[in-house]
Amino acid sequence: MKYLQNFSNLAYPLVRNNPLRSWPKTKNISSRNFFIVLIISFLGCSVFADTLEVCSSCEYTSVSEAIAKAKDGDEVLVKGGVYSEGNILVDKSILLKGIDDPILDGKDQSGLLTITANGVTIEGFVIQNVGTSYLKDRAGIKVDKAKNFIIRNNRLLNTFFGIYLANSSDGLVANNKLVGQAVEEMSSANAIHIWYCKRITVEDNLVRQHRDGIYLEFVDNSLIRRNTSEDNLRYGLHFMFSNNDNYFHNVFRRNGAGVAVMFSKKINMWNNVFEYNWGKASYGLLLKEIYDADIKNNAFRENTIGILVEGSTRINYLQNDFISNGWAIKISGGCLDNVISENNFLSNTFELSLKASVNNNTFDGNFWSDYNGYDLDRDGIGDVPYRPVKLFNYIVNQTPEAMVLLRSLFVDIINFSEKVSPVFTPENVIDNQPAMKQIDNTSESLSLKTH
Amino acid sequence: MFKILKYSFFDLVRSRWTYIYCAFYFLFTLSLLWLSNDLSKVTISLMNVILVLVPLIATMFGIMYYYNSREFTELLLAQPIKRTSIFIGQYFGVALSLSGSLLVGVGVPFLLYGIFGSGQIWNFLTLLMVGVFLSFIFSAIAFFIALKNENRIKGFGLGILVWLFLAVIYDGIFLLLLAVFSDYPIEGFAMGASMFNPIDLSRILILLKLDISALMGYTGAVFQKFLGTSMGMVASITILFAWVALPVWRIKRVALRKDF
Amino acid sequence: MITIQNLHKAFGKNEVLKGIDLNFDKPGITAVLGPNGSGKTTLIKCVLGMVIPNKGCICMEGENIAGKWAYREHLSYLPQIARFPENLTGRELLSMVKDMRNGKASDQGLIKIFDLEPHLDKRLGNLSGGTRQKINLILTFMYDNPVIILDEPTAGLDPVALIHLKDLIEQEKQRGKTILITTHIMSFVEQIADEIVFLLEGKIHFKGSLRALKERFNEVSVEKAIANMMLQQNGKAFAVKDMEPSSAPATEFLESEN
Repeated sequence: MKYLQNFSNLAYPLVRNNPLRSWPKTKNISSRNFFIVLIISFLGCSVFADTLEVCSSCEYTSVSEAIAKAKDGDEVLVKGGVYSEGNILVDKSILLKGIDDPILDGKDQSGLLTITANGVTIEGFVIQNVGTSYLKDRAGIKVDKAKNFIIRNNRLLNTFFGIYLANSSDGLVANNKLVGQAVEEMSSANAIHIWYCKRITVEDNLVRQHRDGIYLEFVDNSLIRRNTSEDNLRYGLHFMFSNNDNYFHNVFRRNGAGVAVMFSKKINMWNNVFEYNWGKASYGLLLKEIYDADIKNNAFRENTIGILVEGSTRINYLQNDFISNGWAIKISGGCLDNVISENNFLSNTFELSLKASVNNNTFDGNFWSDYNGYDLDRDGIGDVPYRPVKLFNYIVNQTPEAMVLLRSLFVDIINFSEKVSPVFTPENVIDNQPAMKQIDNTSESLSLKTH
Repeated sequence: MFKILKYSFFDLVRSRWTYIYCAFYFLFTLSLLWLSNDLSKVTISLMNVILVLVPLIATMFGIMYYYNSREFTELLLAQPIKRTSIFIGQYFGVALSLSGSLLVGVGVPFLLYGIFGSGQIWNFLTLLMVGVFLSFIFSAIAFFIALKNENRIKGFGLGILVWLFLAVIYDGIFLLLLAVFSDYPIEGFAMGASMFNPIDLSRILILLKLDISALMGYTGAVFQKFLGTSMGMVASITILFAWVALPVWRIKRVALRKDF
Repeated sequence: MITIQNLHKAFGKNEVLKGIDLNFDKPGITAVLGPNGSGKTTLIKCVLGMVIPNKGCICMEGENIAGKWAYREHLSYLPQIARFPENLTGRELLSMVKDMRNGKASDQGLIKIFDLEPHLDKRLGNLSGGTRQKINLILTFMYDNPVIILDEPTAGLDPVALIHLKDLIEQEKQRGKTILITTHIMSFVEQIADEIVFLLEGKIHFKGSLRALKERFNEVSVEKAIANMMLQQNGKAFAVKDMEPSSAPATEFLESEN
C-alpha cells in the first residue's frame, strides 16, 4: 500500500482531472484503478520527475531555493536540520518530503508553508514556532485554493493555526501531530482549520492544546475519522454551516467542550468517544439548529452535559452509552421528531432534562440504570414505563438555585413521591419499553477505550 | 472533666452498640470499595449515608446514653466534681466514641484500599471531617434535649423531630422559598440558608470538593467562589464549630439549674 | 456542721419542701423519717447539691454550698438505688471513684467484710441487686469523711450483710461522725438512731431523740409512735395499739419508696 501511495502521489499532476480518482478513496482503490494508477504513475515518473535534495552540504541549502528550481512533478527531499526561511511558498505540484525530521522554524515571526498549487504532498516535517498574530491567519501549513493535496506524517509544534485549509478540495490530512500552547481563547487559534472546502479527509491526527481541535466552516462532503482531539480550550471538533459530513471513531477528551455542531445538516456521528469534558459550561456534544443528523454508537463519559441540544429536528440518537455524566441529554429549545432509542443511561446525575416543551419525540427502548420496574412476561422489556425526567430535574429547570439541594434526603423523598404519583413531570417524555438489561452496543463503540 | 470523659469513653468503647455502629460502616465501606473501583463514586455513596445516618444515630445514641447513664450521673453528682464537667465530659465521651466508630469504620477500609496513593485523599478527609463534626453537633443537641426532658418518650420524640427538621423539612422550606422568590437574585440567600444548616453545609462542602460545582451552574460558581477559597473554608468550619458550641453552651446552662 | 435554713423547694406546682430549718452540729445518727413523698430524699439531695432549692440556704462548716462542689469531698453519700454503668466491673468502678476523689480510700477491709472479692471482676450489669448494694456501701464507707448520708442503706441486703452494715454505722458513730439516714425499717431506726426528724408534707413534724418520741406518743415502739403521729395528722384519732403492726394503713408508708 505504501508503495502504491508513493507512486500515486507523483501521479497527481497527471491524474488530477481523471474522473476515476476522487478523494478520500485513496486507501480503497479497487484493483482496476490500481493498475491504471500504477501505469500512469510509472509513465509520469519515468518521463518527468527529478529529485532535488536540500541539506547543508547538498546542492540546495534552502528549501525555497529548491522549490524555485523544481518543476511540476518533482520531488524535493529535505534532510535533517533547522531551516528558518520564513514563509515558504509551494506553488508547484511537487512532493515536499522531510527525511530525518527536518525542522522548519518560524521563530515566532511567520507562517511556514503556503500551498497554492494543486497536487502537492507535504510529509515528514517538524514545523514549529509560528507565533501569535492578531492581524493575519498565520499557519504552520496553509493551503489556499488548491486541490488534491496530501499533508501527512508531520509534527506541528507551537503553531498558531496548525493546518489551515481555505477554498480547497479533495485533500487528505493524515497522521499529523499538532500540539499547541494555547492558554486563552483570544490569543490562540485552531489546530486544523477548514474553511470553504469540499471533500476533505482528516484522519489519524492527534490535536492538542489549541483553541478548537478541528474547525470546519462551510465544509461539505468531508470525513473526519480516527482523530484524537484533547485539551483544547474551546471545542474538540467544531462544525459551522457544514453539510453532509461524517465523523467516525474519534476521541474527544478534556476539551472546553467536546464537539459543537451548529447550523448544519446531515451530519453522521458514529462510534466516537466524548469524555471528561467537565466544567461549568462544558458538554460532550452541542447540537444547535441542526437537521437530519444521526448519532450512533458513541460513548459519552463523565461530561457535565453529555449532549446539549438547542433546537434540533429529525435527529436519531441510537445505541449510545451515556456513563456518569451530569446530564446525559439536556434539551432546551424546540425539538421535533427526535428518536432516542436503544441507548444505555448509566449512573448519570440527571438522565434527561427538558427546558422547553417538546413534541413528537420517541424515548422508547433504552436502558436506564435508575429503572427498577419488573418484567413479568420475561421479554426483556420492563412492564412499567419509565419517566427519565425526575421532579428535582423539573424544579432545577424552574429554579436553578435549587441545585444546592442536590443529593439531599429531601430531594430523594420528593423524587420518590413523584415517581409513585406523577404530577409535575411531563406526560410525553416517557419510555414505554424500557430495557431490563444493559444493551450491548459493542460495534466498536470504544466504550472501553482507556484514556 | 477529662476523667469523666475518659470513663464515659471507655464505657462506650466496650458497649456493643459502638461495635455494631463501627461494623456497619466498616462493612458498608468495604462493600462499596469492593463493588466500585471509582473512589469518587464511593465517596458520594458514603456521603449520602453519612449525611443521613450520622445525625440520626448521634441524636438517638446521645439521648439513649444520657437516659441510660442516669444512675452513673447521680453517682458522679455526689462526688466532688463540678456539675458542668460531668455533662460536658459525658458528652465528649459520646461524641468521641461515635466519631471514633466512624473514623475506624470508614477509615480502615480506605487505608487498606490505599487512599494515600490516590488523588481522592482530600475528598476523603473532607468526608471524615464532616462526619466527625456532625457526630459532635448532633450528640450535643441530643444531650441538650435529654437534659431538658426527663420523659424518655418525649426526649426521643423531640430528637427525631430535630433530626427530621434539619435533614428534610429545612430543605423543603428552603426549596419552597427558592421557588417563590426565583425572580430575584437569590444566590446569596441560597448560600446563607444552606450554610446555617449543618447537614446542608456538610453536603455542599463535599460536593464542591468532588467538583459537582460544574453541575450547579451559576449558583455552583457562586458557592465555589466563596467556599472554594480558604476564607470560605474558614467560614464554614467556624459555622460548624458554632453548631457544636451553641448546644454545648446550652448544656452547661441547663446542667447548672437542673434538679436530680 | 450542717445548717439548713428556711429551705423551700417546689417541682413545678408541687411544693415538696416548705421551709425546713435543721441543724446537725453534734456527732451521732439522725434518722430522717416520713411517709412517701414527704420530701426526705429531696432534702438529702439539696444537701448534696443535686437539687437546687428555690429559697433558703444550706451551710456546711459555715459556708453556703450553693453552686459549690468541693465540699462534697468531705461528704459520703449512699444513693437510694444502686445502679451503676453496666459495662464497668466493680474493681473499675472503685478505682474510678478513687480516681475522682482526693482522700485516702480504705476499701480492702470493706471488701473482706462483705465478701466481695469474687464479684469484683464481673460486669456490674450482671450482679444481683444485693451485691450491687454492697459495692454501693463500699463506695460510701471507704472514705473517712465527717458527714455520712445514707439513703435507704438496707435495701436488698441479706441478714449477714445487714449486721455488718449496723456494725459499720456504729463504728463510724464511735469515731464522731455526723450520720444521716433515711429508712423505712423502723426496727433498724430503733436500734441505731439517736435523733429522729419526722417530715410530713414538706415540713418538720417532729425533731427529737428516740426517747422523746416514744414519750410524747406514749408508745413503747418507734413504729407505733410514728404511725400514731401520722394518724393524728390525718385527723383520725383511733388507737393504733389495738391493731396488728402489719396491717394497713399504719404500715403503708413502711413500704419502700421508688
